[in-house]
Amino acid sequence: MDMESQTVMPSASNVGPVTTKMTARDVSVYYGPKQALKSVSIDVSQENVTAFIGPSGCGKSTFLRCLNRMNDTVASARVEGEIKLDGTDIYKGGMDVVQLRARVGMVFQKPNPFPKSIYDNVAYGPSIHGLARNKAEMDEIVEGSLRRAGLWDEAKDRLGESGTAMSGGQQQRLCIARAIAVDPEVILMDEPCSALDPIATAKIEELIDELRGRYAIVIVTHNMQQAARVSQKTAFFHLGTMVEYGDTKTIFTNPFEPRTKDYITGRYG
Amino acid sequence: MSLSMIALLVIALGVVAFFVARARANVFDAGALATRSAGDRPHSRPVYHGWFVGLSAVLPALLLLTAWSFVQPRLLDATIVASLPVADQPKSQIDKDAIFGEVKGLASGELADAFNPASRAAVPAYQANQARLQTEALIACVLISIGGAAWAYTRLAPQFRARNRVERIVMGILIFASLIAVLTTFGIVFSLLFESLRFFNMVSPFEFLFGMQWSPQTAIRADQAGSSGAFGAVPLFWGTIFIGAIIAMAVAIPLGLMSAIWLTQYAPPKLRTILKPVLEILAGVPTVVYGFFAALTVAPALRDFAFAVGIPGASSESALAAGLVMGVMIIPFVSSMADDSMAAVPQAMRDGSLAMGATSSETIKRVLVPAALPGIVGGVLLAVSRAIGETMIVVMAAGLAANMTANPFASVTTVTTQIVTLLTGDQEFDSSKTLSAFALGLVLFIVTLILNIIALRVVKKYREAYE
Ligand SMILES: Nc1ncnc2c1ncn2[C@@H]1O[C@H](COP(=O)(O)OP(=O)(O)O)[C@@H](O)[C@H]1O
Ligand SMILES: [Mg+2]
Repeated sequence: MDMESQTVMPSASNVGPVTTKMTARDVSVYYGPKQALKSVSIDVSQENVTAFIGPSGCGKSTFLRCLNRMNDTVASARVEGEIKLDGTDIYKGGMDVVQLRARVGMVFQKPNPFPKSIYDNVAYGPSIHGLARNKAEMDEIVEGSLRRAGLWDEAKDRLGESGTAMSGGQQQRLCIARAIAVDPEVILMDEPCSALDPIATAKIEELIDELRGRYAIVIVTHNMQQAARVSQKTAFFHLGTMVEYGDTKTIFTNPFEPRTKDYITGRYG
Repeated sequence: MSLSMIALLVIALGVVAFFVARARANVFDAGALATRSAGDRPHSRPVYHGWFVGLSAVLPALLLLTAWSFVQPRLLDATIVASLPVADQPKSQIDKDAIFGEVKGLASGELADAFNPASRAAVPAYQANQARLQTEALIACVLISIGGAAWAYTRLAPQFRARNRVERIVMGILIFASLIAVLTTFGIVFSLLFESLRFFNMVSPFEFLFGMQWSPQTAIRADQAGSSGAFGAVPLFWGTIFIGAIIAMAVAIPLGLMSAIWLTQYAPPKLRTILKPVLEILAGVPTVVYGFFAALTVAPALRDFAFAVGIPGASSESALAAGLVMGVMIIPFVSSMADDSMAAVPQAMRDGSLAMGATSSETIKRVLVPAALPGIVGGVLLAVSRAIGETMIVVMAAGLAANMTANPFASVTTVTTQIVTLLTGDQEFDSSKTLSAFALGLVLFIVTLILNIIALRVVKKYREAYE
């Protein structure tokens, strides 16, 4: 029965062998005395887009921010458990947070370009990490990143203009270009379309599909159609726990947990 | 009865009118309550009826009284002149003022005796006239007051819109109050402008603005050395800029900015809540205290240092002493403006940078400060405008010699210092020396105004950028 439904919906199946990029084991997060995440374990694969869904406040962002240690910036946050990137524990001494964030990039819910030119926005990461030796190399990185973010045609004639002067959807693609400019291995996206209109959203979804494979992508969304459209793996979070994790098709057509089913069918959320 | 007593009487009448009118309006209310029909409810609450009648009693009468208080002294002066015999008529304005002063002093009992016998003779007529005018004022005011109250009282009716009337009157009073502030400012500007124009009649604006020689001591005798007086203000402008915009800012900008960065980005929240107010207290220290410190502690230390190191031209009233202390005084301005504008940069901007793998200091240097720059620049401009207008520190610690020097250990003078020295002590108010102070004041006013306008525009525009 399970197998049957998989063959009926082949559109979003994963292709080729699956390699694990990041692993999380028994991750719990506390904000002060309050526990926001309870013992979450997940594998993020290189080839797939992984979606985190669940009602708001259930800890999706909290977990996502563990993956590049953005929770370090929250004074009250405390993370327990083990998270590995290519087998190296990112919370142990061997991993420097600066290097980690160069390898695990992030795109935020609200587009947050810097109040600098479009060019300087994209060049920001490469310049702090010293990825370009001269202007020509930097130009190349900027152009390549904007192209991969599908923004080159719109931006090439206005590279000197402020990034904040673009439309919301363009700003978000600029943020994606900024993130891929340092050539990360993983890109984390926290509800990247929730501030955008449907057309801009469609463009971002298209872009995510193009980036798939080159980068391991994790996307938080509370739009279930979006999760179904862009992801191959889906994890359902509820009240700080990860309820169910599996192939997106399975989660949406034949979830194992009744709570997942209730959420998918709109019983709550 | 003196005019101020009349004013009190009018106010008392107003109070009575208030209570009478309110009592009458209470009767309407009671009537409406008895019939219990919503349509009959009086338009305004009784207290508004009271206020309407009370204000009608007070305001016109007080207006008349104010006008009267301007006119009465003139009339009395005229009666003094008229009462003097032809032989004793004053010949000049000075004579007149002297006689008026004596007559008034004698009449009020402040003077025991008069120098001019004619004054004593004029006292009885003066007193009689004064009493008559005051009685007339009393009668006029009471009549107008009662008349106003009566007129207002006849208008009272359940549907009379007393509340709207009272609101309008209150608004009028508020407008009048704010007009006074604005008009005073205009008055100051005009007097500054007027006196400056008188100065520019004697000294050409070109010489004043671009001349390199400042020695305002006009000679008493024509054959004295340097009798002409030179009014080239460039050395003063230079001294002002050197102390206020260069030395003071060299202290205040880096220290203010760095303390703001540390306070907003690194300091533990608890420490921040203590240190931020402490820093702001620095701004509340009276400038004269900074002046002491500059003149008595910093200046001698700097002079000794300069002598020890062998710097030529060192003075105990150095530009550096005044500038350094002024810089310390300005730190809180710069730091609190920088603090505010960095706090206004959205957290998302910081997160975006940190998520790229930037360190805290890279984030501050490359994202936070640039994003907050307009606010910081605005703060610095405001600080400069304050520094160049600052008076006490430079009066106490900077010199009087109008030198054009870039040696910070030498003495320079500033616009404000010169204004103070030009205007303190006994001065004739029509010499070019005294009038030059107004021209200096005008320049200072214009420069500060421009700086403030630019600063406020920059800051406002920047605020809009983040909604
Ligand atoms: N900085 C924080 N400080 C304290 N509590 C937080 C913080 N961030 C999130 N939380 C709490 O943690 C829980 C999970 O939040 P979050 O991960 O943002 O949920 P989601 O992204 O799924 O909507 C919520 O109850 C939220 O109130
Ligand atoms: Mg969230």
